[in-house]
Amino acid sequence: MIQIENLKKNFHTKTGDVEALQGISARIEDGDIFGIIGLSGAGKSTLLRCIALLEIPSEGSIKIDGKDLSALKGRELTAHRRQIGVIFQGYNLLMQRTVAKNIAFPLEIAGVSKPEITERVARLIRLVGLEGKESSYPSQLSGGQCQRVAIARALANNPKVLLCDEPTSALDSFTTKAILDLLRDINRQLGVTIIIITHEIGVVRQICNRVAVIESGRFAENGPAAEVLAAPKSVAARQLIGVGGAL
Amino acid sequence: MADLFARYAPLLVQGLEETLYMTVLSTILAYVFGLPLGVLVYVTKEGGIHPYQPLNQVLGWIINLIRSVPFLILIVTLNPLSKLIAGTSIGPRSSIFALVVAAAPFVARMVESSLEELSTGVVEAAKTMGASDLQIITKVLIPESVPSLIRGLSISAITLIGYSAMAGVVGAGGLGDIAIRYGVHRYEENVMYITVILIVVVVQVIQSAFNLTARQIDKRNR
Repeated sequence: MIQIENLKKNFHTKTGDVEALQGISARIEDGDIFGIIGLSGAGKSTLLRCIALLEIPSEGSIKIDGKDLSALKGRELTAHRRQIGVIFQGYNLLMQRTVAKNIAFPLEIAGVSKPEITERVARLIRLVGLEGKESSYPSQLSGGQCQRVAIARALANNPKVLLCDEPTSALDSFTTKAILDLLRDINRQLGVTIIIITHEIGVVRQICNRVAVIESGRFAENGPAAEVLAAPKSVAARQLIGVGGAL
Repeated sequence: MADLFARYAPLLVQGLEETLYMTVLSTILAYVFGLPLGVLVYVTKEGGIHPYQPLNQVLGWIINLIRSVPFLILIVTLNPLSKLIAGTSIGPRSSIFALVVAAAPFVARMVESSLEELSTGVVEAAKTMGASDLQIITKVLIPESVPSLIRGLSISAITLIGYSAMAGVVGAGGLGDIAIRYGVHRYEENVMYITVILIVVVVQVIQSAFNLTARQIDKRNR
């Protein structure tokens, strides 16, 4: 279970302080596919960076199974990072490494033995459906295939949580559906909790069981996806869903 | 012309050998110092993977200082020390120290700018996978920058050919020395032209070879 408690993040900029996150709290149960949806500038990226442990929150905590990760530093932080796999909108693959070597990368840095790496990489390639592409380079792949490599890479160290930053925003609708189907399969097969940050309501509709709507650094709404989609209460949610739009 | 070649061939071959010796050895040594220096500057800068302002500023300041001294002045100033280290006061070996001192900061900047070309996203992805700073350097930053580093290497090597020609003025030998002695001091312009042509050929060969290598190994071009 992931518990986010009163998370705040302030940035000091030349034009003054910006409160990007103004007290976010959420409980994400094991096995959830939790969507965080919001418009640009709502604080989605900051929240993602905090959960990915790339940014240290100004206040509040992020606990996985009761352990506060946001306060960790150095070696302990490194070790706990392996509990969270992250995929990005821009894939962020290593362009000079083959597909297989990209997937092997997190295992290499974790010090996994060579024979085990070979075996695990083969299994991950099958999981994401990239058989035959092992020796290709990212520049030879389509966007959807790149995202599959990124998913396999994020899962290599058997994380508890897969954090997805706009995973389908750069993909066409057909590929988007295929990638979301893959994420759902992974959630069911491996029991990995998935958190998806997105601005597309379709993503929530297709795979999320819970959704939080973020607006101006706060959760305007947070609940079961079916309920929020059927009867959005907040203005932000209505805008995103497109019913009774208050624009 | 043939007569000219026959007369000066041994001299030119020796000059070419000396120029290549100075260029190759000083390029290697400049990278031995310049590569870690460039990585260190990149890594410690604000927003880098291990920001550390004091070190970053001191390194940046030293690099700028050495780079702003014209090479001719640098080599004359370093000449006594250079000769002490080489154990000889003439010949290409005597100039290596000064060449490396001049080129290492240049190399550091070349390396730094190659690393700057990488997207920060790749480094962040590695961080989320639990990579240590050292692992990010050895497994992400450097391998991902290899094509760009090779292009930088060609620029550094060619710059060092130019420097080695200037080193000829203070007795280091090489093609630059021949061009000045024969062309300027003895008015044998033909020798100077041949020498210059030889330098041009060396530069072209180095540039083409490195460009080809960089293109061949860059996995983004497929």
